[in-house]
Amino acid sequence: MSAVTNQGREHATGSADAPALQSTDSALLPSARPVQLVDPDGHHTPDERYPSPSDESLLGAYGRLVAGRRINDQANALVRQGRMAVYPSSHGQEACQVAAAVVLREEDWLFPTYRDTVAVITRGVDPLEVFTLLRGDWHSGYDPYEHRVATQATPLATQLLHAVGMAHAAKLRGESTVVLAMCGDGATSEGDFHEALNFAAVFHVPVVFFVQNNEFAISVPLASQSVAPSLAHKAIGYGMPGERVDGNDLAALLAVLGSAVSRARDGGGPSLVEAHTYRMQAHTNADDATRYRSADDVDRWIPKDPLVRMRSYLSGLDLLTEDGEAALAAEADAIAAVIRKGLNTDVEINPAELFEYVYAEKTTQLREQAEQLCEELARAVEPAAAGPDSAASRTEGNQR
Amino acid sequence: MTQTTEAPAGNAVGQSDTPTRAAKVTSTFAKALNAALADAMEADPAVLMFGEDVGPLGGVFRITDGLTARFGEERCFDTPLAEAGIIGMAVGMAMNGMRPVVEMQFDAFAYPAFEQVVSHVAKMPNRTKGKVRLPIVIRIPYAGGIGGVEHHCDSSEAYYAHTPGLTVLAPATVRDAYFMLREAIASPDPVVFLEPKKLYWSKEEVDLADLRRTFDDGEAPRRIGRAVVARAGTDATLITYGPSVPTALAAAAAAAEEGRSIEVIDLRSIVPFDDETVSASVRRTGRAVVVAEAPGFASVASEIVARVQERCFHSLAAPVLRVTGFDIPFPSPKLEHFYLPSVDRILDAVDDLQWED
Repeated sequence: MSAVTNQGREHATGSADAPALQSTDSALLPSARPVQLVDPDGHHTPDERYPSPSDESLLGAYGRLVAGRRINDQANALVRQGRMAVYPSSHGQEACQVAAAVVLREEDWLFPTYRDTVAVITRGVDPLEVFTLLRGDWHSGYDPYEHRVATQATPLATQLLHAVGMAHAAKLRGESTVVLAMCGDGATSEGDFHEALNFAAVFHVPVVFFVQNNEFAISVPLASQSVAPSLAHKAIGYGMPGERVDGNDLAALLAVLGSAVSRARDGGGPSLVEAHTYRMQAHTNADDATRYRSADDVDRWIPKDPLVRMRSYLSGLDLLTEDGEAALAAEADAIAAVIRKGLNTDVEINPAELFEYVYAEKTTQLREQAEQLCEELARAVEPAAAGPDSAASRTEGNQR
Repeated sequence: MTQTTEAPAGNAVGQSDTPTRAAKVTSTFAKALNAALADAMEADPAVLMFGEDVGPLGGVFRITDGLTARFGEERCFDTPLAEAGIIGMAVGMAMNGMRPVVEMQFDAFAYPAFEQVVSHVAKMPNRTKGKVRLPIVIRIPYAGGIGGVEHHCDSSEAYYAHTPGLTVLAPATVRDAYFMLREAIASPDPVVFLEPKKLYWSKEEVDLADLRRTFDDGEAPRRIGRAVVARAGTDATLITYGPSVPTALAAAAAAAEEGRSIEVIDLRSIVPFDDETVSASVRRTGRAVVVAEAPGFASVASEIVARVQERCFHSLAAPVLRVTGFDIPFPSPKLEHFYLPSVDRILDAVDDLQWED
């Protein structure tokens, strides 16, 4: 005997009232092996569940991949030159970065982390505005509404809940917006990760949770983070499908993420995609990766490089010529040149802005503090004029 | 300085929105909050209410009573039991044009959401140079005096007041409960709205329909950032807010019988802080006691003392004193009366304000 609840789930009756599992529940589990459409040697490995992206879209995405690698290299160089405070590189993860951006439509939203600079730029945000955060001019330099890209989250997993709220509001208004929310393997240990997946599933909102499992949370390896069969297995615990994908296979990423986005757009609800990739460089330039992993470990991932793999694949099909490759490299160099020039130019910073945006309207106290800073700066500019007069006025002030 | 023997002529000055109708209609603090939510939801379809048990049950204090039935479960709904989830989701909704009002079931149960409040609710507008505004109201039934067990009676205002970007309000009257919640929902800034639990059942002669008309007509004076003189006096000033306001007023009434004229300032708005009203009062009276339920160390009360002495040093006849909770975890129900600021403790502090010379 069974009864159907309003959730559509069958609940057993009788001595134990625990709900009976449905035969479809196991479909929420991820593939036994990460989905792969192109192997590390550049050979096509078809998967009947995921049609391969068109040659045209692959070629387009490959161009972004080339640019993505160039952006990472350029940013690292700028940190070494002291033009940027810090850069968490996505070197080796560029296929994930590019796919996350290009599977979305204009009306969709992207919620990135601090390591997802390439995804943000691929989505269309001005690179110099993106680097505002890392060069230290302000906490975020772009208008999130312009390209529908949330600020890059520095705390872990908190942005996943914002993504759920964004999607929830869109759903209430009947909009077709899909939200793609990114995080890393370390973030899956955070409470907000679990709350976000649970809320998304309960409210059945159009969010794709995209976990880039790069095997390290700064120094802590995945095995110390989770002993789940895979991170994608966590999805079934919330009643949403989970899928695993080769995170260095651009074609597979486009197919799997594209499918998840379509599912969300069609009212199928949230899902979780785990990409298996590797952080080829240290956490940031301030980190020393030799303290927790060997060069051999890293070297094992070199043959799986997403860029080389896609180049082999496209060249093998004669879709990419030497001239074509040179043109893409030139485009990437042009982006790097813009970044280089921009970051080598000091931007004028305005300390008065410190008080400007804390509240919609400055409080009395913030007005006073802004005036104080302003006066200090004025004195610093004209030290001669600020000499004895200033000291006198201070004394007078104290004796008021 | 000699004592003034004349009792103050009246109280509740500074309110210009008293209804003119003679009908004696009363409302509780809780009903006023419920009406404010309903009226705000009626006025603006972007206003949503969600949290734990706020749907069909109407919240454990019934503040959201009837809202799901009236506005539907898309606009007033229960969430999974996770406070960071509630506030994190509110952030995303506010980014996408909504005006979420969320309920944290009890003061101490809001702590799981602390990171979302401090790192995002408070900082997002500044982070984005004002591109993203977060008009979120976080309603928190707070403080003690109701015989609540552990985790149900915390005065957590200092955590929020210490966080730039948040507006922190604590109404103490039925009228203020209504107007301040409407104002909070209309504010472009995130608001932590502290509802003194022990005042939920307090009553005033108030016609809620009149309050609605007054607010909708734009005739309710601004309350965010504006303290009010709850009782006028000339000898000393009690500066207080939220659950301690009635206690301070009772102390002032008792002091009047002993011939002391005590002014009571109800801050209403902890952030932004109304230095002007507070300083003007203390400059006039020359003496002040800050009364608050939270532990006194590194508290809102400490901040008020610092601000008053910075601004009123030359008008002060005595150090500014504090009557606060002790620096201990909030006590069990049978012990809370030892902890809470009482009329006697306030009067003792007033007596200590160096009246002799």
